[in-house]
Amino acid sequence: MRVSEKIIEGLLWLSAVITILITIGIIWVLLSESIAFFSEVSIVRFLTEKEWTPLFADKKFGIMPLVAGTLLTTFIAIAVALPLGLTIAVYLNEYAHAGFKQVIKPMLEVLATIPTVVYGFFALTVVTPFLQGFIPGLAGFNALSAGIVMGIMIIPMISSLSEDAISAVPRSLREAAYGMGSTRLQTAFGVMVPAASSGIVVSVILGISRAVGETMIVAIAAGQQPRLTLNPLVPIETITTYIVQVSLGDVPHGSLEYRTIFAAGITLFIFTFALNNISFWIKKKYQEKYD
Amino acid sequence: MNKKTTKLEAKELNAYYGDFHALKSINIAMEEKNVTAFIGPSGCGKSTFLRTFNRMNDYIDGFRTEGDILLDGRDIYAKDVRVDELRKEVGMVFQKPNPFPKSIFENVVYGLKIQGIKNKSVLEEAAEKSLRRSALWEEVKDKLNQSALALSGGQQQRLCIARALAISPSVLLMDEPASALDPLSTAKIEELIYELKSEYTIVIVTHNMQQAGRVSDHTAFFYMGELVEFSKTKTMFTSPQDNRTQNYITGRFG
Repeated sequence: MRVSEKIIEGLLWLSAVITILITIGIIWVLLSESIAFFSEVSIVRFLTEKEWTPLFADKKFGIMPLVAGTLLTTFIAIAVALPLGLTIAVYLNEYAHAGFKQVIKPMLEVLATIPTVVYGFFALTVVTPFLQGFIPGLAGFNALSAGIVMGIMIIPMISSLSEDAISAVPRSLREAAYGMGSTRLQTAFGVMVPAASSGIVVSVILGISRAVGETMIVAIAAGQQPRLTLNPLVPIETITTYIVQVSLGDVPHGSLEYRTIFAAGITLFIFTFALNNISFWIKKKYQEKYD
Repeated sequence: MNKKTTKLEAKELNAYYGDFHALKSINIAMEEKNVTAFIGPSGCGKSTFLRTFNRMNDYIDGFRTEGDILLDGRDIYAKDVRVDELRKEVGMVFQKPNPFPKSIFENVVYGLKIQGIKNKSVLEEAAEKSLRRSALWEEVKDKLNQSALALSGGQQQRLCIARALAISPSVLLMDEPASALDPLSTAKIEELIYELKSEYTIVIVTHNMQQAGRVSDHTAFFYMGELVEFSKTKTMFTSPQDNRTQNYITGRFG
């Protein structure tokens, strides 16, 4: 008995340790390759140059165009996903009948299960032509369509996490609001949403982190042209797309071009790592406010 | 004897949660500026009944009523009645203090703000008046911008009373307002109820028989969804008419 307990305990310990080791390994690879990169290209150049052309004869190593592309598509995605996701969460919580909620929630989850490559083609072949009907200057590849479709993809994440946050607000607060003569709308947006704000903020940050790391949609629909711009109508490139581009290409292993993907990768990692930590911190700080 | 006007009235009121018959043919008339206590064992329907006066049960799936509830002679379940307007007339204080996670000031003026009142001096005046009336002003006047959640339970409950008073209702429903509080805070709430009845019609649900005796003018005893007995509190506690009332107030069940 004791021996088998020990073995099970050991296995549990091992599986926990393995995940930690893998994480450390990934960070180590990222770091060692990027250090090699930064020994040839200074961090100042990396952060201040306005062009990213490591694959051209005239090499420029400014990450900012890729960062701008990433932030632009992410911003568009959140601008789509937050209002829609939050409205859905409020609707499901305050208005929808229990039966309807049971139908609509799984359907929303389906949005999250669609492969991102399908979203990418949807952006390229449906959303872009549709938008070109209104916006004549819209390029065939652009940040706008990719961002919008990415936003649609993130809706279930924001709506379901926000809905959990809102439904975790004590019933007594809703009753207090109704008891004061609040309408449903006043109760929802004046009391429930503010009371659930920490959870909602966390959902948005996780959504951002998802959008920052999203690859397929932007690779297909946003074009692959690093460009330092905040204009959503022209082709851009995100950090993730660049990594795909180089990984698929015939860049020689160990070359400086090859190492650029690690530099880009670590930039991306810093973004998502920071975002996840912020969300963790917010959750911890505000979680038990109502007990 | 000066006859007081009837403020709240129930006529042949039946209420159901789905198939469960929660209130059975209730008839009662409560006088203006009077405190009525609802007593009875758990599950007897007293809270359900209290919540019909501001239609707080509306959001419960499967809840429905038959019969009439009249406020100043007007049927509050009539189609043209707006619940949010009704609740400005009929304020409510809940069992557990439930201040909003906002500042003390924001809590008190919440009801005025949702009515669209934005003038700062009007709000400040109303906040002070309500906090004074709920005997909380002296304790919080220097920290109006602090979170209401930092107050003690008893203070929070008086804040909830202030919040309810701020929109000038004529009726105050209290659902076991002191059951989650310590004896000192309870005494303060009871004192407050006594003072408030000169201006408000108060209906209070309580599990505490002594409390009913101390604060109320009339008492209604509920049992299994029926209104068993309704009379002057003194009368009920000294010479109850019904056997069930007698058993309950002498502590034989409940």
